[in-house]
Amino acid sequence: MNRTSLGSMLLTLLLLALPAGAAAPVKIGMITTLSGGGSSLGIDVRDGFMLAVEEGEQALGGVPVEVLVEDDARDVGRAIQIAQRMMQREQVEIFTGIIWSNLALATVPRIVGNGGLYISPNAGPAEFAGKDCHPGYFNVAWQNDNLHEVMGQYVTDQGHDDVYLIAPNYPAGRDSLAGFKRFYEGEIAGEVYTTLGQQDYAAELAALRDADPDAVFFFLPGGMGINFLKQYQQAGLKEEIPLYGPAFSFDEGILGAVGDAALGVKNGSQWSPDLDNAANRRFVEAFEARYDRRPSLYASQGYDAARLLGSALARVDGDIGDREALRAALREADFDSVRGDFRFNSNQHPIQDLYVREVYKTDDGSLSNRIVARVFEDHSDAYAQNCRLGND
Amino acid sequence: MLLFLEQVLNGLQLGVMLFLLAAGLTLIFGIMGLINLAHGSLYMIGAYACASTLAFSGNFLLAVAAGMAAAGVAGLLIEAIVMRRLYDRGHLDQVLATFGLILFFNEFVRLVWGARPLFLDVPGWLGGNVEIIPGAGYPVYRLLIIGVGLAIALGMWWLVQRTRLGMLIRAGATDREMVAALGIDTRLLYAGVFVLGAVLAGLAGALAGPLFSVEVGMGEHILVQTFVVIVIGGIGSIRGALAGALLVGMVDTLGRAYLPTILRLFAEPATADGVGGALASMTIYLLMAAVLIFRPRGLLPAHGH
Repeated sequence: MNRTSLGSMLLTLLLLALPAGAAAPVKIGMITTLSGGGSSLGIDVRDGFMLAVEEGEQALGGVPVEVLVEDDARDVGRAIQIAQRMMQREQVEIFTGIIWSNLALATVPRIVGNGGLYISPNAGPAEFAGKDCHPGYFNVAWQNDNLHEVMGQYVTDQGHDDVYLIAPNYPAGRDSLAGFKRFYEGEIAGEVYTTLGQQDYAAELAALRDADPDAVFFFLPGGMGINFLKQYQQAGLKEEIPLYGPAFSFDEGILGAVGDAALGVKNGSQWSPDLDNAANRRFVEAFEARYDRRPSLYASQGYDAARLLGSALARVDGDIGDREALRAALREADFDSVRGDFRFNSNQHPIQDLYVREVYKTDDGSLSNRIVARVFEDHSDAYAQNCRLGND
Repeated sequence: MLLFLEQVLNGLQLGVMLFLLAAGLTLIFGIMGLINLAHGSLYMIGAYACASTLAFSGNFLLAVAAGMAAAGVAGLLIEAIVMRRLYDRGHLDQVLATFGLILFFNEFVRLVWGARPLFLDVPGWLGGNVEIIPGAGYPVYRLLIIGVGLAIALGMWWLVQRTRLGMLIRAGATDREMVAALGIDTRLLYAGVFVLGAVLAGLAGALAGPLFSVEVGMGEHILVQTFVVIVIGGIGSIRGALAGALLVGMVDTLGRAYLPTILRLFAEPATADGVGGALASMTIYLLMAAVLIFRPRGLLPAHGH
């Protein structure tokens, strides 16, 4: 075989490989945490998102998509690097997936500043909801304070007026207690800031017992919450002082590790597996069938992110070049969210109902959450007034 | 006063937990001159093996033994495959290689056990509280940890001071070349010490499992504190590791318990809570800095060098 015929054959193969006439799929960059500590959150977001993509047979809203998933390992530098590489080499224009607020604060401005679009399936720092809001940034989960605000209201409703507060000493921890206090009306028995990543809470628990509060509100995400809940029960405090927190310490990935120490604890969330609407029933069933585990709120957020994007892609018929039209379609939020009613506020953050759930034992003996009260109806965040998007 | 006694017990408990990790780390560092960042991974393996065995067998003692055995085997493999090549190289190479091991073990654990944290609780017969101080119950399990930790400390003292192996360990910490020149098989000695350290780390992980979250990366936070312990105590010295561990456990616990309260005397409550929390997380590093200024080789350094 001579050189020319080899060359022309390769050329033919190359042409055959390109699907004739079909538009290239829309690329979606997913930067999320898939390894190391906290990876169960990223894995849930990814699996929820991919479930929607698989249901559409590699398409969202009928528009073929290609999802490029990369692991940021909870590292700010790595998240920025991935975003830059995806934008430059792969020409990705739509991004999602970041779990942690500190990663989002560093990465998202580079994406939206470059004309890209970012749909947040988890982190909702105050900056992006308020003064630094951006037409290219949508949050489909919650503003960070929301799940603490709902507990502030609920704890007040329960008649507690002397509450002990615990959170890690970092921005999201202080925001959490600020969110709680925005709606809590009683006295504060103590306010403790612990080290980020702390494992042993014996000193805090002894001081807590001594302060003898009515109730305890704690925000200790991930492993810190597991440590705290186990030790709270071991110290014999669970029977004495009721415990409240946001859903972050009670997701379905954590409950298995905490066991009975979490049983009966009330936690605030925008979603619950038993939310009674058609989209959620379908989602919970499909997720369990596909992955053989119960979905968490993070999985529901990944799923909603994909379906929000699908609704917008369908409306613009897969043409992401007209960015203004795509953003307008996203703002419509014309999809059946698994949490029922859902729409965007002027700052492109959710207006949604917020619930209090309790941890209970299911028929198969494992732990899950069920709703005990709907505390806020059509709740929005406290920062929207600082965002100038709606006013322009 | 009762509260203070309880906080002292808490400090003691944290201290002995740190000692279990620090004892192995300081021996490895002191005798082989090896910085082993993967020590926390052995702790994690101990906890995971303990959780799995407990779920499978329901026997806590067996589970703890399994945790120690798993960490020991992992230590043996690490020593034979990786560490043996690093003894003669610089600290930077060792840090790079053992940092790589952390990543490897985190992913390995995630592949085998999944990303979700595991369940591991105090067994029923060790649950509950005893009124060791009248009026304030103290968890039986934490008392058990104190007991086991102090027993291990005693055992280590006997091993190092009273046995032939201990003599070699002390000699190795003082002058490595001379021990080799006297015809001691240092390869065997190093492997033995490394595995001993690994087994102790596995024990710490297995005992810590019911208190802490058994999850990927669980060893990294405690590893930092462990390094502080051995720097304060004096590298290579078991007595130093014990003194450093108890000191760090006590200072950390009492700092967390009382600093915000003390600051409230001088500042507004909101400021005091914030600053107190921040200061409390720094106390052990401030302690380390102070020790390094006044006793650069640690409180109870190994002899020689």
